[in-house]
Amino acid sequence: MYPEKFRYTKEHEWVSVEGDVGTVGITDHAQHELGDIVYVDLPKVGSAITQGKALGSVESVKAVSDIYSPVSGEVVAINELLATSPEKLNEDPHGGAWLVKIRLSTPGEINGLLPAADYQTYVGAQG
Amino acid sequence: MSESAVLKTTPLNSVHRRMKAKMVDFGGWEMPVLYTGVLEEHHAVRSSVGLFDVSHMGEIEIRGPEALDLVNYVSSNAASRLQIGQAHYSGLLYDHGGFVDDILVHKVDEDHFFICVNASNQEKDFDHINLQNRMRATVEFAGDRYAQLAIQGPKALDTLQKLTRTELAAIKYYHFVDGQVSGVWARIARTGYTGEDGFEIYIAPEEAESIWVKILEAGSEFGIRPCGLGARNTLRLEAKMALYGHEIDASISPLEADLGWIVKWNKDDFIGKAALLKQQEAGVKRKLVGFEMVGRGIGRDGYEVQVDGVCSGWVTSGGPAPTLNKNIGLCYLPSEKAEIGRTIQIMVRNQPVEAVTVATPFYKRAK
Repeated sequence: MYPEKFRYTKEHEWVSVEGDVGTVGITDHAQHELGDIVYVDLPKVGSAITQGKALGSVESVKAVSDIYSPVSGEVVAINELLATSPEKLNEDPHGGAWLVKIRLSTPGEINGLLPAADYQTYVGAQG
Repeated sequence: MSESAVLKTTPLNSVHRRMKAKMVDFGGWEMPVLYTGVLEEHHAVRSSVGLFDVSHMGEIEIRGPEALDLVNYVSSNAASRLQIGQAHYSGLLYDHGGFVDDILVHKVDEDHFFICVNASNQEKDFDHINLQNRMRATVEFAGDRYAQLAIQGPKALDTLQKLTRTELAAIKYYHFVDGQVSGVWARIARTGYTGEDGFEIYIAPEEAESIWVKILEAGSEFGIRPCGLGARNTLRLEAKMALYGHEIDASISPLEADLGWIVKWNKDDFIGKAALLKQQEAGVKRKLVGFEMVGRGIGRDGYEVQVDGVCSGWVTSGGPAPTLNKNIGLCYLPSEKAEIGRTIQIMVRNQPVEAVTVATPFYKRAK
């Protein structure tokens, strides 16, 4: 269910690092809890992002939820697909519906995030 | 939601849990917000049929020779104009003209009125009516005696007709008949809160589970969906039906809420009449208007509304309109800024996002 190569936050974001760039998304658990996603608000390319701070927001039919960045750095790409097809976030949260790519300023932050097995246990315990 | 809070439950609570509904605290009631998804449930009601448990709604019965006088006095609409078997929407108002609650008044008999009220207001409504009961009519708090199910959508009639001998097509909109559904007593009203054709049935709580199951079976050929409060909200917003605590509350009058039609001036005195007359003469200062988002973003409940950079009002309800594929909402604006076609800004997370005021209802079904 939760890819081994990702690291996770307790706020239900994931990051997948290749070289010095981390791809960030929300987890399958998060999309399920949110329900039908109708709008995704993302930062502009070039924005400076701080770990644990709001990166953007995801809106379901009923509610708005902040997305907290799992890593610090500079936004180098955003997923344009989500502007026109926010519902993809319900369908493919760990793949095609990634949110942003961030050039990491503090790569060591990754070590503080949850491995897949721990995240699985965490959401399992949450019920 | 606190785990220790004791929420009230409907007779269908265990059914919802078995069906894996997502349950939420709605005004002190544990209610299903969705079963499979708000959008799917919303579209089921618009295109076919959906079933809602609305047993949290309260009921108050008023009986006796003085029943009509009491109802006419506490309710802003003219109960004297109701025929037996007819219902109407109305307001319970305070002296100052604000809403105690919005209600559905059913005339069961010359000396018997059945009033459906909001779940979280029912005790307050009961106390309010009792306080005004100088006529000494019999006022009964009947919330525990009824479960209520709403069957809504173009296939609602075909679904429910399978379970009753009452000829449903003969029940006119906002009329009701006491009959049977699957062999047990039911008050069958052609009313609803979705903007679609449909029925709301009042039944004994102990019958709720078996009737719920039978309605789902009867509607299976039409693709019936159990629907939660999430879809109920998007449906009622598209149809521009008020929700207490959002479009209306104690500080808002029916004239401001675009509900002047539930205020009948040509009847005997009623609570709130003097204040409303004064408001009418002075001119209503703010009005409820609909808007559509133009810019990217969704105006949500409570967001500030600006006109020409000046804070001018607030969003009462806002969100996506799944039938229309737009983001819509309702807001209060000063009357002089409330004309249709005006560009306004909704403050979405401290950023102004453009919207335009539009005619309402946003959605009206084809007759």
